[in-house]
Amino acid sequence: MESQEQDKNPVVHSLRQWDRGAVAEVIEFRGETTVVVPRQHLLAACQFLASEPSLGFTFLSDIAVTDQFPLEPRFEVNYHLLCVERRDRIRLKVKLASNDAVLNSVTPVWPGANWNERENYDLFGIQFEGHPDLKRILMPDEWEGHPLRKDYPVEGYR
Amino acid sequence: MSTTQGLMDPRIAEIPTKHPMVLNMGPQHPSTHGVLRVILELDGEIVTKAEPVIGYLHTGIEKNMEAKTYSQAITMTDRIDYLAPLSNNLGYCLAVEKLIGIEVPKRAQYIRVLLTELTRIASHLVWLGTHAIDLGAMSVFLYTFREREEILKILEYLSGQRMMTSYFRVGGLALEPAPGWMDRVRRVVDALPGHIDEYENLLTENRIWIGRTKGVGILSPADAIAMGVSGPMLRGSGVAYDVRKAFPYSSYDEFEFNVPTQTGGDCYARYLVRVAEIRESLRIVRQATEKVPADGPFRAVAPGIIPPSREEMKTSIEGLIYHFKIFTEGFAPPRGEVYQAIESPRGELGVFVASDGSPHPWRVHFRAPSFVNLQSLPKLCVGRLIADVVACIGTTDIVLGEVDR
Repeated sequence: MESQEQDKNPVVHSLRQWDRGAVAEVIEFRGETTVVVPRQHLLAACQFLASEPSLGFTFLSDIAVTDQFPLEPRFEVNYHLLCVERRDRIRLKVKLASNDAVLNSVTPVWPGANWNERENYDLFGIQFEGHPDLKRILMPDEWEGHPLRKDYPVEGYR
Repeated sequence: MSTTQGLMDPRIAEIPTKHPMVLNMGPQHPSTHGVLRVILELDGEIVTKAEPVIGYLHTGIEKNMEAKTYSQAITMTDRIDYLAPLSNNLGYCLAVEKLIGIEVPKRAQYIRVLLTELTRIASHLVWLGTHAIDLGAMSVFLYTFREREEILKILEYLSGQRMMTSYFRVGGLALEPAPGWMDRVRRVVDALPGHIDEYENLLTENRIWIGRTKGVGILSPADAIAMGVSGPMLRGSGVAYDVRKAFPYSSYDEFEFNVPTQTGGDCYARYLVRVAEIRESLRIVRQATEKVPADGPFRAVAPGIIPPSREEMKTSIEGLIYHFKIFTEGFAPPRGEVYQAIESPRGELGVFVASDGSPHPWRVHFRAPSFVNLQSLPKLCVGRLIADVVACIGTTDIVLGEVDR
């Protein structure tokens, strides 16, 4: 009911028109719009935002993860999308529970997401399904644990 | 007879006659500008596969920042992209300022613009010198480092440090600029155009230079956008995207400058874009020298968040209390998340800061342009000669500190 009022942002409006279920929540903070997307809708929503000519979010700026430990759902994956022509940004947020940190890879939409996803797999232990080559990128291959998790000590285990 | 039969053995015939040669380049190869490792698969001298391997310089900066206060974390931003520390300072400070919701005084904004543009020039000079040395032109390196040193002297004069400046702070600048700094800036700015002509005389029409860079490492605009490539690499492929124009910050909209682009998409195009960018940056610096007022506040006023002036700290009890609290506990921005992008010399530098309402950042993430740009390296060098890999790494302009963080 309150959704019609919230959609001042035309991008959120189009996204909701396309699929009501894709928008779980809209957060406005400091002039930035965040759309919380349910996990199962992420890949389709990204495909829609990237391919719809009137939106044109063809550029994935960044994927940033936050760990809300000890709260649940523990992980928040933030996708920062950019439309170069319209000079517009939007953030998609997916929340993941700690015992089920699995997410569809967005590499089919933006090939450049490859390293970003590997980074977040490496440092947070989030599994990206459908990623072409999901392995550690910054830490050594044989490393144990995921250093950017909040329950991982700053000085390490040794 | 028996030997020929042996050769005809079906098991032997199954072994492919052509093996790709795997060559490990780096991580201590001089042309990788740090500790980049590239695993190359070669067919003769042709690269058939290239896989960059990174992480040798990973120091956990993002993790460390979570253990610091918002102000302490500024010192770590210098060390991410060590060729453009002020750009990192600016990106981080703008993000935290956005999170708190404070406006920086115009004077500080102009000084920030002036200094980040000088940093861009210094960074491009290092790139030009090292790229030229990779391709065998020694003398350019000697010239560009001479000019870069003059810029570093200005930074040292202002902040006390040549490289790890930490000169931008949340809310403004660390110090009032030392007297006479503007004359030093003017002297450098007046001398530079002649020097850039000098480099261009050595390179732009040079047949060897053109032979090594033209048509090498072509990146199409569609590929560049799909791979998330930004900065001079993207503009070398003909896409005029510059954060300073698209999402102006720190009063960039008050400055007049062009966004140089080239349509070639090759190493030569990226070279031309960067040289043109040095000239545009000089234009901005020159406008900034006119704009910066001789005096005025260099820090925003926000009690409890921005430290009070020395004078106030020594004369008023509130000032003393705030000073003490800010430097012992830090300040606590409201809960929330922001993403602030700036145009660093290498492309879109994005800073994502999440706050949980405590004086320590809950999460700081850097969208490092080098990290993203490096990902397109296989696109640039597959199908080219092995010698071209050096040119491709060079024009990607990576800083490994930023790639690995």
